[in-house]
Amino acid sequence: MKEIIDRLQELYPIGDFKQQNKSLALITVDKDKAVDFITRLKNEEGFLHLSIITAVDWLEKNKFQLSYLINNPTTKNSFVVRVMIDRENAEMFSIHHLWEQAATYQRELKEMFGIDFPGSPGVDKPFILEGWHEIPPYRRDFDTKNYSEETYFPREGRTKNVPAEYMKQKLYPDE
Amino acid sequence: MSKLFNIKEDRSLFPEKNEQGKIDIDLSSHKYLKLWHGPQHPGITGNMSLEITLLGDEVMDCETHVGYLHRGFEKLMERRKYIQCFPIVCRVAVPEPDFNEYCFASAMEELAGIEIPESAKWLRTLVLEMARLASYLMWIGGQAGAFGQGIIGQWTNYLRDSMLDRFEELTGGRVYHMYIIPGGVRGLLPSGFKQRMEENLKFIEQMMKDVERVMFNNAVFKKRSVDMGIIEKDWIYKFGITGPNARAAGVPLDVRKDNPYLVYPQLDFEAVTATHSDIYNRADVRRRDLLMSVDLIRQIMAKMPQKGEIRAETPNVLHWKVPAGETYSKAECTRGEYGYYMVSDGSEYPRRINVRGPSYTHAVSLLEKMIINCNLADIAGLMVSLHTYPPEIER
Amino acid sequence: MSKEHTEKRIVYSPEGDPIEVNPLQDYFCEDLPEVHKASSIAILENFRNWARSRSLWVLGFGTGCGAIEMRPLMTPKFDAYRYGIQWRPTPRQADVFVVSGYLSVKTLKRVIRTYEQMQGPKYVMALGSCTINGGMYWDSYNTINRLDYYLPVDVYVAGCMPRPEALLAGFDQLKKIIREGRGEGYNKYAEEFAWYKANQKKIIKDWDMPDYNW
Repeated sequence: MKEIIDRLQELYPIGDFKQQNKSLALITVDKDKAVDFITRLKNEEGFLHLSIITAVDWLEKNKFQLSYLINNPTTKNSFVVRVMIDRENAEMFSIHHLWEQAATYQRELKEMFGIDFPGSPGVDKPFILEGWHEIPPYRRDFDTKNYSEETYFPREGRTKNVPAEYMKQKLYPDE
Repeated sequence: MSKLFNIKEDRSLFPEKNEQGKIDIDLSSHKYLKLWHGPQHPGITGNMSLEITLLGDEVMDCETHVGYLHRGFEKLMERRKYIQCFPIVCRVAVPEPDFNEYCFASAMEELAGIEIPESAKWLRTLVLEMARLASYLMWIGGQAGAFGQGIIGQWTNYLRDSMLDRFEELTGGRVYHMYIIPGGVRGLLPSGFKQRMEENLKFIEQMMKDVERVMFNNAVFKKRSVDMGIIEKDWIYKFGITGPNARAAGVPLDVRKDNPYLVYPQLDFEAVTATHSDIYNRADVRRRDLLMSVDLIRQIMAKMPQKGEIRAETPNVLHWKVPAGETYSKAECTRGEYGYYMVSDGSEYPRRINVRGPSYTHAVSLLEKMIINCNLADIAGLMVSLHTYPPEIER
Repeated sequence: MSKEHTEKRIVYSPEGDPIEVNPLQDYFCEDLPEVHKASSIAILENFRNWARSRSLWVLGFGTGCGAIEMRPLMTPKFDAYRYGIQWRPTPRQADVFVVSGYLSVKTLKRVIRTYEQMQGPKYVMALGSCTINGGMYWDSYNTINRLDYYLPVDVYVAGCMPRPEALLAGFDQLKKIIREGRGEGYNKYAEEFAWYKANQKKIIKDWDMPDYNW
């Protein structure tokens, strides 16, 4: 895994290499070079299988982290290719031309995080939610508990403990 | 001419496909019929729906609609401590919840740098194989039922119940077990478990012979499944197909062999493959995989250590701060590669969990392509043969 | 969901005459549900209730994870057919709606439509803690917290998830309620129709169907 990165280091600015376990490595690539880099891995290094595309919301850094998990079925190794993008007007280049299922992942990311992928088929169509008018729910600043309590008529009489505190009181009173 | 289905009759009256392989559909021409298949429909696997456009009784266009089972697990897990996630994760995939528990626990252990004891590894492998067996047994009933053979479902559901009884004995729960916890498992085998399990396995093997005779040699089943719904070999990576769907096309993708986890390197097995992925071969691959699970359970029970530590030393789960980092942990479930992508920021709560369910790729992009030129009556059989399971698509 | 098929449009007949089609208006009935009074002849009403309690036909709509225990219930080990309980594929033939577990807002919309299409007398059986008070998903943004604000519930079966034995006990309880003439959920729905609709419309934001369609 390291040797692939060493080889490609000159062509692409790759940072933060970390060998997580013997078949998984994490790398960070710039937004502009990411699609090029993934295409290269797919076409020339044999990373043929796309496992997931997902996002992590780093609210305090004002960034979204996109993670592309690609797998080489011959050597059985995987890369997590991380791309940092701005949180405002979040937008990323689409990779639906490389894998058919990428369009589905991008459609979900658009709905759940509000990250746009221009040109991806059906990216603007609602995927999971229906009639959703709030901010995208997987963003960190969306408070699901508040929303649920305001919307869904909580049954009165149900006691709601914060489980961590409750367990602490009941089970470990001395700590 | 369709590549998916062997259509022999004259097709000159059917519309031409455009460059994208689709048909320009004009609903006001009265030629086409738009039909919603699901969510309330007995031929749909779970709670999802297909918006299909028919010409005669042949599907011309299809759009899948998912999201009926969305509970926002990934958001809820961000609000809960790691240990509180365990009752939640098993509810992502109901027929085999143990894969969720295993993937979550192993991702957490990897980040925290915990090595689990040998006995716990064997017990984890045992419950994972039992979950595979139970899930396959339910699936076979569904596949036969989709082609009108209700009796197979009655038999195999009874067999599945016998497996759930063993689960109940071992873990205390029928459907949701929460047996795998961070650092190990919750308990040892009860006394007499192996003997009762062996009786179950014998009965399953005996009944599977009947199932093979009644279902796989049945003329109706063969006629409706051979050469139907073919997955081409070059689609495997293009669509992200894993599991038995890929193995039936001759690509031996099996996480148990490719990235061995737990004690699979010490077990003797080969990935089951076929050469031609039609409905019949996919069913046959799953049947042989089921029998292999029976064999694996026997091997595990013969080889596993009788006693030993089953739980590693872990910090107090109430204020367990998992070190910052990210990882992906995967396992082979009955439908393919099941994975958890976990990001920790060093606090007591997970930063982000993403669940990769194999149905995600099978039920949306692949199904939308495969269903074109399928007969309305065969949709149920086709869907079941992909073994799609909606809750893991939308979580 | 694409909305174009619910919009007004003009289609042409084979002779070329334009026909205006408005799917929302044309294909649904606008009548509201009515309360069906019990017969004043006690013996007749008793007979009816006895007959109703003896054939509970369940609608085959697995709305949530509780649906997985319905299969063992219907197969040899528990065999609910013994009690006159069986699956029906369509709402027109079903008497009992088993709401199996949590309901997301998207499913709730379909559940309401399906419930309204069932023929009275009809009963609702709600499985699992999540239909009672939200259960494990009490803080989820997409699942409802209590079902009785949207549909009249006759029997709750608690548990997460309820075992087949609990389901059988629930059906037993439902039978008892029907025999005693207390299975009045569908009448309650007709009586307090406006309240139920207001609750439903509060959470289903894009309401694009008639108020009552059966």
